[in-house]
Formats: sequence, C-alpha cells, structure tokens
Amino acid sequence: MSTASVSLQHVSKHYERGGQLLPVLTDIHFDIMPGDYLALMGPSGSGKSTLLNLIAGIDQPSGGAILVGGTDIARLNDRELADWRAANVGFIFQFYNLMPVLTALENVELPLLLAPLNRRERRERALFALDLVGLADRVKHYPSELSGGQQQRVAIARAIVSDPALIVADEPTGDLDRKSGEEILALLDTLNRDSGKTIVMVTHDQKAADAARQVRHLEKGELSHLEIRQ
Amino acid sequence: MMQRLRGVPLAYVWRNLLTRRLTTALTAGGMGLVVFVFATVLMLEAGLRETLVETGSPQNVIAIRAGSQTEVQSGLPLTELDALSTQPQIARDATGHPYFVRETLVLNSLPKKQSGQPSNVTIRGTSATGLALRPQLKLASGRTFRPGSNEIIVGRSIADGFAGVAIGNTLRFARRDWLVVGIFDAGKTGFNSEIWGDSEQMQQAFRRSGMYSSAIFRLDRPDHFDALASAVKADKRLTIEVQRENDFYAAQSKVMATFISILGLTLTVIFSVGAIIGATITMYSSVANRVREIGALRAIGFRRSSILLAFLLEALLLGLVGGLAGVTVASGMQFFTVSTMNWQTFAELAFSFTLTPGIIAASLTFALAMGFLGGFLPALQASRMKIIDALRTA
Ligand SMILES: Nc1ncnc2c1ncn2[C@@H]1O[C@H](COP(=O)(O)OP(=O)(O)O)[C@@H](O)[C@H]1O
Ligand SMILES: [Mg+2]
Repeated sequence: MSTASVSLQHVSKHYERGGQLLPVLTDIHFDIMPGDYLALMGPSGSGKSTLLNLIAGIDQPSGGAILVGGTDIARLNDRELADWRAANVGFIFQFYNLMPVLTALENVELPLLLAPLNRRERRERALFALDLVGLADRVKHYPSELSGGQQQRVAIARAIVSDPALIVADEPTGDLDRKSGEEILALLDTLNRDSGKTIVMVTHDQKAADAARQVRHLEKGELSHLEIRQ
Repeated sequence: MMQRLRGVPLAYVWRNLLTRRLTTALTAGGMGLVVFVFATVLMLEAGLRETLVETGSPQNVIAIRAGSQTEVQSGLPLTELDALSTQPQIARDATGHPYFVRETLVLNSLPKKQSGQPSNVTIRGTSATGLALRPQLKLASGRTFRPGSNEIIVGRSIADGFAGVAIGNTLRFARRDWLVVGIFDAGKTGFNSEIWGDSEQMQQAFRRSGMYSSAIFRLDRPDHFDALASAVKADKRLTIEVQRENDFYAAQSKVMATFISILGLTLTVIFSVGAIIGATITMYSSVANRVREIGALRAIGFRRSSILLAFLLEALLLGLVGGLAGVTVASGMQFFTVSTMNWQTFAELAFSFTLTPGIIAASLTFALAMGFLGGFLPALQASRMKIIDALRTA
C-alpha cells in the first residue's frame, strides 16, 4: 500500500491516427505525494498535456496503472470516472474555459451542482472561493467583462470550490501577461502551502516551474529524474 | 433523501438560446409556423364539429328517405309522413298536437357579397312548430314569417355573406319575390347558413306536390328513440329512416372533416420536416460553437448524460418557444369565420376556428416533438465527444 497521492505505474500512452500508431509516453513510473507541487516541463509535443490528462482522469492510458487513493482510475468506466473527477480533481486550463453565459459566481458554482449541497450552501461556498482569489467584487460579472488574469482567477476558484485534493493546471500562465501570471502562481503557491493541495502543473515557462516545489522534465516520452526545489 | 440531479443548470441552457437571439428566433419561428398550421387545422375541424353537432338536439329526430344522405336528396310523400306522425313515442302538446313538422328543403343560388359569385344556400320550408323544435335559433332582428305568406327569415351568415339580404328587401327565387322580415342567430349551428319560410308556400313555389324533404319531431323521452326506430323499420309501408338530429348533422360533416384533416396533416408533415431540419442545423452549430465548453463541463465531472440532456433541453425549449408562438397566433384565428360549401349537402356552411385545451396540448406536444427530433442527433454528438479532443479544439 502506497501513501502516494497519485501513483503512476509503468504507464504508456499512444495515439492512433489513420492506422498509424503514435507513441507519446513510454513506461512512465513515479509517485506524486500528498501536498506535492510538481511542475512538468519539456518541449512542445513532448507529451506533458497527455500525461497531465491521464493523471486527471480525462484520458485513459494504453498500458499500466494509475492509482489514486488505492483505486486504479484506468479501470473506471466513463461514468465512474466523471464522478471521480467531480469529487477529486480541480482543473485549471490555459484558456480558462469558463462558460460565457454564466456569471463568475455561477461558473464557480458549477462543480457544486455535482455535490450534495443545497442552493444556499452552494452560494456560500462559491462566494468564499471567489473571495479567496480576490474577486469578491466581481461575482455578477460575465467572463467577457473580466480580464484574462481575472478569468483565470475565476477558473481557480472553480477548481478549488469543491475542495478536491488534486489540482491540475495545463499552462495556467500561458495566456497571461507577466503580472497576471505572477498573481496566478502566487495563488497556486498559497493553495499548496496553506491548504495542502496537491498540484500538478504543466508549463514551459521557467518562472512557473521555479514556483513549483518539484520539477520533472519530459523528453521523447520519457521522464527525467526529479528536481526538488526549496 | 436528497436527490442529486447532476444536471447542467437550466440558466446555462436558456441563456445560450438568448445569446443566439436571431438564430433562436428564426428556428423557433419555423417551428412556430408549423405549429400554427397544425393548430389551425385542428381548430377548423373542432369548429366544424361543434357547428354540426350543435345544429341538432338529442331529443329531436329527423326522418328522411331511407338511403338518402341529406335532406335535399330525400323525398317523403305526405301519406308516409302522416303515418309517421301517429307514432306513440312522439311528444305532444297540451292539445294533443304532435311536435312534428314536415319540411321542404331546396338549394338555391344567391350572389355572395364579396365575390358576386353565386353560391348555394339552403332554403327550408317549415312552420311555427319547426321553430319551436329549434330553441337554439333566436331572432336577432325583425320578426318571424307569417304562416301562409311569402315572408322569409334568414340566418346571420346569410345576412352577412350574401348580397342584398336585409330586412325589407326581397329575394327572388322560384319565380316569386320573397320578403325578408327577420334575421335569426342560431348560435354556432349550421342553421345560420339557411333561409327559412312557410313549408306549404315552398311546396307550391317549388312545385313539390306533396313530396317533403324531411320531418323533424321531438321524442317524448330521449331514450324512446330505439323503440321508435325499430317500429319505423318494421312498418313495411314506410320508406323512412330516422336518426337522432345531432347524429345526422355530425355525419354530414364527415367528408369535410376528413378532407380538412388529410390536407392539414399533409401540410403539417411536409412543413415539419423542414422545421426539424432547421432545428437540427441550429443545434449542430450550437454544439460546434461550444465544443471547448463541453470539454470543460465533462472534465469538471458532468456526465455524458448531463450533456445530452442539456442540449436536448435546449432543443425542447426552442420547440416550446416556437409552439407557444404558433398557438398564440393561431388563437387569433378564433375571431375568423369560414364560410364554405359542404360537399355532402352542396350548401354553404359557416363555421369558426375553435381553440380547445386539447388542441393547445396537442400543439405544444407537437412542438416539443419537433424540438426533440431536431435536437437528438446534435445532443448525441455533444455527449459522445472525447474530452481531450473537445478541449484541444481551438
Ligand atoms: N488526441 C490526440 N490525437 C492524436 N495525437 C495527439 C493527441 N493529443 C496529443 N497528440 C500528440 O501527442 C503528442 C504529445 O502531445 P501533448 O501531450 O499535447 O504535448 P505537450 O503538451 O507536451 O505539448 C504530440 O505529438 C501530439 O500531436
Ligand atoms: Mg500541452
């Protein structure tokens, strides 16, 4: 039995396009411990997003096992996986992926619709999360009325609102100016330090990687050794 | 126990429709048009049925020649009618007089007000008893015809629809001038499209020499009809067939009602194919424009079934909006009256569009069905997307 938050065991992944087999990941084998803040780096096309998607349970490996809290998520069916994600994973995307027709508050409330909460509890928690990312005064705003950095903060509030243990972020600063990017990294740092969230972040931004506590490099489908920061 | 719906919020569905205002309006409008046609046809049928059913009373019996379909085709000699009038099931007044009237029906053409084209109207020769047997017929203005005179009274639809029909005017037919002395309103019944006068005068003018079209009489009790009918059937002297008055008039509308429904449903089916295709196109583009959103919703943990439901709901709402619009416009048709020839009687018949709760329910159900059919494939496509592919979409 492992105490790891996520345990990847000999994971491989290939895509099939037009009868061609495209290997992306080969024999990935490592653990992510509870409270880790891991940055995945590597050149474009090296499979960073693919690996993150496997960890987050939105894609299935071609081989190996991914154990999260003792369950092999590679063996869950589509519906079980959806329910598992709802309870365990918070997503932060490069392009925020907020619902344009919903307000900031409604966007943050979305994941709570999948939890056994009543309307008032949902509202309270969503307001709390928005307050945490510093957007208490923007709850009624639609995404189009917010800057990129503000939208990404709404997305972070959405990712943490249901209190998942694992947060995955794919190039969370990739679409932001330097200042907004720094604000986002500071938020992630707080989440990791103060709330003990396990964070896995894909980035090719050295600044972002420096903010993480561990760094792994992906090259040609294989993972480098672990670099540990302060 | 708390029910976990795991559904995409309704606000998301509804606001996406509102965001695409023009597309939504056009698509819903297309479905609304079909619903309008659908509802209008049902309203026409209902109006026709109501008119012809209300024309009769269940306690009244009409006698025509066995084998004839209509009063105009029928011919009954006086001797048979006299024999019929002595049947014990016929109601009588205090003086022992039966509520029984021999009527003479003739079709005659008169010019219509708008087109000037001649159209057939039914002229009914009757009597004071004939009027008493139809309490639904009320004088709207003027007075009733005097027995033995060439005076006539005309139905509301005749007064409205035909040229030169007014109190004090004369109408010329059967080589005589007939003086209009009254206009009657017979509610929603077919009598509104008739001209009434004295039965014996009509006999002479139309040279009927003792051949009547029909007899109308009241039963002493409504449930005595069967006894009367079998007595008439058993009597070998009589070539008469008796029917309850309301059954008789309902049967007269069958051909027209069938025609209206076949024509209407054919139109509806053809139009609805177009509307469903329109809804499908709209919904496919709605899905295509929101691929990344779908990917994000799925990543967050919404199930495939929730996505399917969200897009189905969107299509159903689209249908409902169209349906409500169609029914609303159709309800305005209630203020219109249709006057047309009933091919079974060859006489002009006026009736109105009648909206019933059943028609509203049927129309909205139909609209929802179109929305469902239009939205099903796009919603299925949305729910089947792979999350990673959806999220990679630009
Ligand atoms: N859904 C897919 N179908 C086919 N090929 C894919 C798919 N997703 C990623 N790939 C390929 O896998 C490789 C790794 O992609 P990705 O994980 O997105 O790289 P990174 O995030 O490191 O830039 C790339 O060559 C990419 O083209
Ligand atoms: Mg990537």
